[in-house]
Amino acid sequence: MTAALSLAEISKSYFGVPALTGISFDLEPGRLLGLVGQNGAGKSTLMNVLGGVVAADAGQMQLFGRPYAPRRPADAKANGIAFIHQELNLFGNLTIAENIFVADFPRRRGLVDWSSARSRAAKLLQMVGLAMPPDTLVELLSPGERQLVEVAKGLSVEPQLVIFDEPTTSLTARETTQLFALIRRLKSEGTTIVYISHNLGDVLALADDIAVLREGQLVAQGRATDFDIGKMIKLMIGRDIDALFPPRHSASPGAVLLQAQGVTRRGAVDNVSLSVRAGEIVGIFGLMGAGRTELARLIFGLDTMDSGQLALPDGVPRHRVTPQMAIAAGLAFVTEDRRQEGLLMNAPIADNLVLASLREFASGPGLVDDTASLAAAREMARRLSIEARDIAVQPAKTLSGGNQQRVVLGKWLMVDPRLIILDEPTRGIDIGARYAIYEMIDQLASAGRGLILISSEIEEVMAMSDRLLVMSEGEIVAEFQRSAWSRELILRAAFREAEAA
Amino acid sequence: MPARLPAILLRYASLLVFILVLLYFGVQSPRFLGVDSLGNIIKQASFIGIVAVGMTFVLLIGGIDLSVGSNMYLSAMATGYALQVPALQTPWGAALAIGLGLAAGAAFGMVNAVCVVLLRISPFLVTLATMVAGRGLGTAITQSFGIEYPPVYLAFGASAPLLIPTPIWLFALVVAVATIALTMTQFGRQLYAIGHDPEGARKAGIPISRVIFAAYVICGLCAAIGGVMLIALIGRLNQTFGVGREFDAITAAVLGGTSLFGGVGTAFGAVLGSTLVQMVQSGMVFTQVNLYLQPMVLAGIIFLAVLIDGLRIGRLEALSRLGRFRLQRTPAPPKPPVPVGKT
Repeated sequence: MTAALSLAEISKSYFGVPALTGISFDLEPGRLLGLVGQNGAGKSTLMNVLGGVVAADAGQMQLFGRPYAPRRPADAKANGIAFIHQELNLFGNLTIAENIFVADFPRRRGLVDWSSARSRAAKLLQMVGLAMPPDTLVELLSPGERQLVEVAKGLSVEPQLVIFDEPTTSLTARETTQLFALIRRLKSEGTTIVYISHNLGDVLALADDIAVLREGQLVAQGRATDFDIGKMIKLMIGRDIDALFPPRHSASPGAVLLQAQGVTRRGAVDNVSLSVRAGEIVGIFGLMGAGRTELARLIFGLDTMDSGQLALPDGVPRHRVTPQMAIAAGLAFVTEDRRQEGLLMNAPIADNLVLASLREFASGPGLVDDTASLAAAREMARRLSIEARDIAVQPAKTLSGGNQQRVVLGKWLMVDPRLIILDEPTRGIDIGARYAIYEMIDQLASAGRGLILISSEIEEVMAMSDRLLVMSEGEIVAEFQRSAWSRELILRAAFREAEAA
Repeated sequence: MPARLPAILLRYASLLVFILVLLYFGVQSPRFLGVDSLGNIIKQASFIGIVAVGMTFVLLIGGIDLSVGSNMYLSAMATGYALQVPALQTPWGAALAIGLGLAAGAAFGMVNAVCVVLLRISPFLVTLATMVAGRGLGTAITQSFGIEYPPVYLAFGASAPLLIPTPIWLFALVVAVATIALTMTQFGRQLYAIGHDPEGARKAGIPISRVIFAAYVICGLCAAIGGVMLIALIGRLNQTFGVGREFDAITAAVLGGTSLFGGVGTAFGAVLGSTLVQMVQSGMVFTQVNLYLQPMVLAGIIFLAVLIDGLRIGRLEALSRLGRFRLQRTPAPPKPPVPVGKT
């Protein structure tokens, strides 16, 4: 039987650093390959080679028995390969149908054939299980719905090979179930699929075959039945960690660091009251758009409250908080979006690390003492085991996602905060690096810091929190103690019960 | 629900302001609402309106064109020189001269396009430079002498088929063609995509260089149409012809709801915007507003337009950060379970 996709000795290096070394495998038609590996293991490079974004230095590819050497992304498309990327590539000001066909509309006499575009879009939407009119503006959709539009866009070219790159990161549980049903159906119709994910449980549930990449090499491949999660983790990391989360060391809660009373911002956060004590990790779980990030922004003073009050670690209740006050009172906010908000990507790592604490290195007339700040930055980089050649010159953008997140965290740890808000601290970070971040969170709590952990990964908040608040539509709909929660109870609360049924 | 009303008000802000201004002047001076008065306002607005339609294409992709005033000058000049040839002082000759002017305008737009697309210079700087260079070139060629236009050309400017002045016909034609191009062609939809997210558009496989190039050429062409039309009414080309018109055109487009941030706008908005400006100007004459205060009133309106634009964008951002829950609950009925597994 001819393989749908066959790679032979594919190698690629960037500036002399090998990203892929001698990758060979065959994927039979109609099967699903689960591709796993840490960030930086070479998954993206491999997909870029396949998609014609970069050319391999050596090796051959075959697609359904024909030699395949794409030179640009359009070549991949023309050969029946569809990519469904993790990062959404949609235009909010256009409708669903327009987004699906934006590069190539069905046309009649030079004009867009709207009726054909609409009906084709409607068919694709039905296929991916999104019950929305094709004329809906994409900016009105939730992140999960947008992801499904992205899938519909990928399927619009009737591909023979579909590559899913982390398709579930912004999907709700129900949308994920729908997507998996679609993937299984595509497979049953003979489509070959490559599925890339950090969620090893999903991979195991979906895949026929599994391939594990580590440091640019294929370290294992075989039938999915020969793998379990522990084995995959070991293969990916190359050493023995078989748990996803470190053990939690619960400290006895100390002084109240944050007390929110009826905090409200119209349309975003509705009458939220909460408190956080020293040594406590308070998880905030909710679906996308539940108002978690908005709440964090209010606490940190980035947005203003319409009503309610907030007592920071200094204990004074205030109606109006500014970021300066929050920082002065010992708050730190590790934002969700590292690229846009958390890091100066082109600046050296050391500069990023000392950014929030520059004042402490100022001497005399306010000039920064470079030697002292660099020494402190090096100490922090060592403590967090940030993997870099030289933090004084290397720009932050050269780091992997996990290391970047450590830099953001390090920046805030250098001001020695009393209360740290972490917004999706492990998004897009691989298992090994996650584990290190979880350990760090645990240590911070043991050392008497208060933490707010915002996450849409239920396993993460359940493993790390002492207490858990569930948000939905801007309100806190449930609060659970560590001893009294269950996955089902939390999800029911997040979906407001009726929807979970 | 609390988010709905402001969103609707913001969306239709241009139309609302338009109607309010119309009613205000109508009440102040009933003659203002007469056919003659309104017809005259639309005719006066048509030149800048046509230029603003072209500007809309460029603003949609997140660009800007400051050179349209100089472009109007150069294309009117090209037409004017052609009309100095006696053999061309006939209706068909005038048509040829107009064609020449339009070609000059499109070529001017192409220079902008080359600098923006191929040399990757910021559109603001490129068109600032070509604004100065274009005016300089025109002054050098004419030696700053004026150009007189022959009677046949003035007759064209004054003509009014079916009692409607030619400039208004032309304006309507430009708006109709632009509306079709923007809403019903692939090119048009891709302009909106590029304005929303240029990098995303590239990744989506849109030939963004070609689309951006075309937008600047169209803007140049529209500036030329506005220029050759306006000069047919004036009859004499001065060195200052078209000076400052770039700001009138941008104002008209933005007043009509086109965003300076790209991705939002319509050709009909240019009609609203340019007519609104003209209406305010004529209205102030009707109601005898102090001559020296009139620029301040206009400035207030421009400020309002840009403020609304900023609010609209900020508002959308805040709404989109919320995601679906508040936005979708009202319009969409509860989703029925979607059958998966059969189509």
